[in-house]
Order: sequence, then structure tokens, then C-alpha cells
Amino acid sequence: MPNIRQNVLILYLESSALDSRCIAWSFYEGASNARHDAGDSDEPPYPTGLAAMRDGWRLIQMSPLQQHGSGDEFRVGYLKYEFLFEKLIDVTGGGASK
Amino acid sequence: MNDSGAERLSTLQMAEFAARGFLRFDAVVPDSINRRFLTDVGHVPDAEVDSLWKHYGNIMRSSAIPLVNPGTPLASAYPEDSAVAELLRLPLVRGATASLLGTEPVVDHHFLHITFPGRLYAAAGQPHVAQHTHQDSTIDPRQAFDVQIMYYPHDITRDMGGTRFVPGTHLRVVSEAAISRYQNIRGQQHMVCKAGTLLFLHHGIWHGGGRNDSERLRYMFKIRLCPTERQTRLWDTGDLDELSQLRPIFWNPAPSNKPSIESVLMNPEPWFEADTGRLEMINRIRLWRYLTGDTSWDADYWMTRVENEYA
Repeated sequence: MPNIRQNVLILYLESSALDSRCIAWSFYEGASNARHDAGDSDEPPYPTGLAAMRDGWRLIQMSPLQQHGSGDEFRVGYLKYEFLFEKLIDVTGGGASK
Repeated sequence: MNDSGAERLSTLQMAEFAARGFLRFDAVVPDSINRRFLTDVGHVPDAEVDSLWKHYGNIMRSSAIPLVNPGTPLASAYPEDSAVAELLRLPLVRGATASLLGTEPVVDHHFLHITFPGRLYAAAGQPHVAQHTHQDSTIDPRQAFDVQIMYYPHDITRDMGGTRFVPGTHLRVVSEAAISRYQNIRGQQHMVCKAGTLLFLHHGIWHGGGRNDSERLRYMFKIRLCPTERQTRLWDTGDLDELSQLRPIFWNPAPSNKPSIESVLMNPEPWFEADTGRLEMINRIRLWRYLTGDTSWDADYWMTRVENEYA
């Protein structure tokens, strides 16, 4: 009986294209006790979203493109192009990491 | 505040602050002040600290850091003979403060941040982690800005997890801890510095305390200051006109290396998105208009292009 846990990788890309450059990243491991902290790496784990997919990460969500509200066209806030990936890990017999 | 002898910022330093949201001054506070500050706040040898709660309690009860009500004029917030007052009297600090906030800033709040070695978090049953990325206070869509002075009274090594911040994020309007999910961002900086270093931060800059993986306690004293006047032309503006000039962009085989307001304001950060990076330029221009009082100033035609309408 498999014992499945989820690892989540969030990549923020330069544009809505999956093959555009990664500008920010976060990693949460549910399949082990490894901890990934704010500020723990200065280089992204993958150069693009496509590179993550080719390494086995499954894309499960991407930011929708939203129309800019009238009068608010130039306001900037949260990072705009968020891509959520997962890997499902069978931890039977000890688990695995990234 | 007495302004005589203050070293006002230059135009290019102001442009740097407008573009990136910070100014860093390394080892500018004399060691005599740094040592006295640590003594005044109740620092004891690291090995003698056996509980983070107890140490914070001792520091809060016994330190020379005064209670300061919000709105207190900076000029009267600290006893004249204190290390903090002496720091604030340094010509560089007076000049930077006056250039960014005017001569009558008031204190919003201050705090002595202490980041402990892992053994003390373990003993307290607390997680030994970096602080999530955040923007201080709350949603703040103002053009005016507060300034946070961060003072590092001792050397900060990389393993001590000094303040992490992301240059150029200060014009993003977000809601405080809503950005906690962002663990790492291209171009993020970690404060590694000599004793006596100061950071002047725009209130909007995204930041967080790093995890202290050393065996030493890390101290950082922060004062948040608010202006009481419009922040227009408060710096040394003698070179303002000569440093601004329209320039050809995109098609220019030999761009000038001469520093200018445009070259500083239009310098992108590594984390800029393809499209909103251009909006960052527009927002920097808007901030520069506020700082100069020149409502038609432009760089590289970003504003003129979208304002070019005729009745």
C-alpha cells in the first residue's frame, strides 16, 4: 500500500510563459522533515518552469491573466506569474527528497 | 533638529533611494558609540545567555532604550548623552535623515531586534527559522514615505543571518505578511557588514530577519521615522539640473556611461517581471516627481507616452 506525500515547488516567472525566466521560488516538503527557509538560496532551482517540468514536477496551477482595473493600471503588488508544481512521493520505507 | 554641519545627500544618492528603496552606509558609526550602545542596552557575553525570554526580559527592563510615544519629535526622543543620540548627531545621519524626511521628523516606533543562536530557540521550544518575507505595517498606498533606520552595532557575518531585503520592492503595494510565501527572490541581499553600519530603508521594502546559525547573539536597532512636511528638494540639489537629460534608448550603439538621474532610476532589478518591470519605471518616475516637485519630469518617455492626450 503506497504512502503518498506531496512536495510543492512554487516558481515565479518573468512572464506568463512557462519557458520564461524564474525570478522567485519557494519549496515546501511534505515528504520529509527537510525545511526550506526564507533566504536559504540566492539562485533558483530551475531556470524556467519548463525546466522544472522536465525534471518531473507536475504543474497543478498557474496565475490567471487579469484585466487591469480602470485607474489602477500602473499599480504593482504581488508577483504576477505564479506557477505551482507538485511531486507525489511514496514515503513507504523512508521517503525521498527532491 | 539642528542642521548645521549635516551632510545632505547628493542627487544621485536620492535617485538611488527612489529607485531601490535603500541607502547603505558601511561602518560609519564610530566604535566608541557601538560599544556604548551594546553596554547601554544590557548586552552580556553570549555564553552567559541561557534563555531568550529571560534575556529579552532583562534587556527590556534594564536597557537604556527609552519608552518613546509615537509622534515624539526625533530631536527629543533620546537622552542627549545616550549612544543613540550621539549616533543621530553624526553629520552623515543628520544629513541623510534631513534629506529624506526634513528637519522635524517624528518617531513612529523603535525596537531592538535580537536574533539568537539555535540552542536558545531549542531550549525555549521555539522554531529556529528565518523570518518570513514581509512589508512592514499595513497596506500603504502613499507617495510620501517613512524611513526605517537599521543600525548594526557589531560585525554581522553571513552565518548570523543578517537582515534580508529585496532592493526595488518598496513601490509594490501589498499587505504585510501576505508575501510570506515568497522564500527567495532574485537579487535579494543579506546584511553582512562591519560594526557601525546603517541601512536607511523606505518603509515599503520587502524584508525579513535571517536565521542565526552562529553561536553569537545578533542585535539590530531599528527606528521608524515619519516626515512632518512634504519631502520635496530636501537634499543637496545643487547638481539636480545638470544630472538630468533625455537620452535615446533601445537604438543606441554606445550608451553613455556618465551617471545621470535617468541611468540610476531606470536601472532594473534582477527580479523584475517583463511587463511590470516597466510599471516599476513609471512608479519610480512618479516618486521622483514627488521628490522634485516637477510634475512634468520624465525619463525615457515612459510617462509622456501615456500622458500624450489632447482635448
